Amino acid sequence: MAPQETRLIFKHIDEEGYTNDIDCYVKNGGYEQLKKAVTMKPEDICAEVLTSGVRGRGGAGFPAGMKWKFLDRKSGKPIYLVCNADESEPGTFKDRQIIHQDPHQLIEGMMCAAFAIQAKLAFIYIRGEFFQGYKILERAIEEAREKNFLGDNILGSGYSCDIIVHRGAGAYICGEETGLIESLEGFRANPRIKPPYFPAALGAYQCPTIVNNVETLCDVKHIIEMGGEGFAKIGTPGNTGTRIWCVSGHVQKPGYYEFACSDVTLGQLIYDVCGGLKPGRKLKAVIPGGSSAKILRADERFTGKLKDGTEFDWGIEDIPMDFDSLMAVGSMSGSGGVIVMDDTTDMVEALANINYFYAHESCGQCTPCREGVPWMRKVTQRMVDGEAREEDADLLKSIADQIAGRTICAFGEAASWPVQSFIAKFKDEFVEKAKEQAARRKEGQEVAKETTLI
Amino acid sequence: MNLKPETIEKIDKLVPRYPTVRSAALPLCHLVQEDQGYLSQEAMEWIAERLGLQPINIIEIVTFYPMLRTEPTGEYHVRVCRTLPCALAGAYQTCKSFEKEFGCKVGHTSEDGKVTLEFVECHADCGKGPVVMVGEDEYTDIDPEKAAEMATKMKNGEFPKGL
Ligand SMILES: Cc1cc2nc3c(=O)[nH]c(=O)nc-3n(C[C@H](O)[C@H](O)[C@H](O)COP(=O)(O)O)c2cc1C
Ligand code: SF4
Repeated sequence: MAPQETRLIFKHIDEEGYTNDIDCYVKNGGYEQLKKAVTMKPEDICAEVLTSGVRGRGGAGFPAGMKWKFLDRKSGKPIYLVCNADESEPGTFKDRQIIHQDPHQLIEGMMCAAFAIQAKLAFIYIRGEFFQGYKILERAIEEAREKNFLGDNILGSGYSCDIIVHRGAGAYICGEETGLIESLEGFRANPRIKPPYFPAALGAYQCPTIVNNVETLCDVKHIIEMGGEGFAKIGTPGNTGTRIWCVSGHVQKPGYYEFACSDVTLGQLIYDVCGGLKPGRKLKAVIPGGSSAKILRADERFTGKLKDGTEFDWGIEDIPMDFDSLMAVGSMSGSGGVIVMDDTTDMVEALANINYFYAHESCGQCTPCREGVPWMRKVTQRMVDGEAREEDADLLKSIADQIAGRTICAFGEAASWPVQSFIAKFKDEFVEKAKEQAARRKEGQEVAKETTLI
Repeated sequence: MNLKPETIEKIDKLVPRYPTVRSAALPLCHLVQEDQGYLSQEAMEWIAERLGLQPINIIEIVTFYPMLRTEPTGEYHVRVCRTLPCALAGAYQTCKSFEKEFGCKVGHTSEDGKVTLEFVECHADCGKGPVVMVGEDEYTDIDPEKAAEMATKMKNGEFPKGL
């Protein structure tokens, strides 16, 4: 039997007759949590969020309550809240659904969070490509303002806060929180070095700033409704709440599916929820958390110990979908983007595709990233163009090893992990590519194969 | 600069909302680009002047962000996502179909100025790849046949420009 979804954030997504205007939202119980929140003490809301254990849904999985605790409140400077709606990690398409279909859920979550941290002003940084999403949010904010759910003296509480929707313009690095802040301030999105520029201490306009993902901020609304302890009952300890898994690639039914953390395994997700692979195909590999996450090979055995000491011995299909399990198998749940590849996939081409992306997106501040990432792209492009060398796999790994850990922001890792993991798991295919091409060259045949992924 | 009155109005409303004037730089680039179709040297200088910045402050962001353009596009602006999930769904073949129909290579504008065809990176709708944008409108599940149909309509001027 297919495992059951737990639709918390996506309760109304794709529901017949559910519209994205404020009347529909209010009719379905909307803004009740904000009404409750403004009667609470801000620090009590922060405490509930800490108790809930909710971890960031944007990529790094850092506990939101902890991040809020790091806010520098002593400085006396204004506090800002930023919703990261850049949704730029390849394979991720969950925030889009919230923005398009249930924007008021996000606004309510944001206003609850803003009240909790006593933000002076809030921003939604939305990727530029979401033309329609931007218009929807602008309209929703005006609707909420008319009903006094944001703006001056919200619901008579004495607390005032507005939301500005700020559009990006096509640069992936704006998803990185300090790059985002630079962009918000009107500069190139060059990420800042941490320390000292942890946003909670020195963020937007050099003021304490909380940056959270769209889904994380929606969770805040549900935490107020259920209480931190109630929320923590969903999922497992350390992996609380639900996750929205965005499945793309070679499955019959790609799409977005919300499950309590650990409620579904990767195998169930692919075969029971997404209808499996196309007829006659076999699973080859999965990237489980957006294109930056390390790839998993279908025939691997994953063994080791979880954080709590329990030993595991899993095949790819047994991996529970949650933060810690995916970390334990050497990858990450990241932004929830699950990219599935079947046995028709040429791994050299797939990596060439990924390298193209990162080479396009490096901001160029750090030498290892600016020089190394395009170099990796050049090597994989040369390989698919018919000039593969047997030593290319080692060369790629060596370049990636010299980028990761040596850059200002985590883009360095994001660009290196795919290369490191593809080589670790599919080195044979990279070497084979060179051998095949050599053989074809000897036979006087066309050396490069026609490509499909690059 | 000949901006539409509604653009000026939007700009005047937007600038004072931000904690700093400079924060309005990127939004102004968007608004002026929407008004003019692209950002000319004159437009960049105008934005700088409006915000009390130097032209270089605007030029450096225009040259950083892929969506900001210093040249006009063709009548139709077709953007094909080529990132891995869309590629696995056949985006490169979709793009080839557009190239063939338009007689123009990706990354270029057709000679008759009808269409600019570009590759773009992930548009966050990976469950419905290949994803194609025409102007500001999104089209999903575009296989080579659908691409050819879209292209034919564009050539006949029967397809929405998405502006
Ligand atoms: C290269 C890079 C790209 C990122 N892109 C996004 C993004 O598109 N959306 C997002 O929410 N977080 C993204 N992040 C993570 C953010 O830096 C930040 O950790 C996150 O927004 C914090 O919110 P959370 O704690 O609620 O997850 C990215 C990080 C890196 C290094
Ligand atoms: S790692 Fe890359 S993207 Fe990040 S700051 Fe350095 S050059 Fe820019």
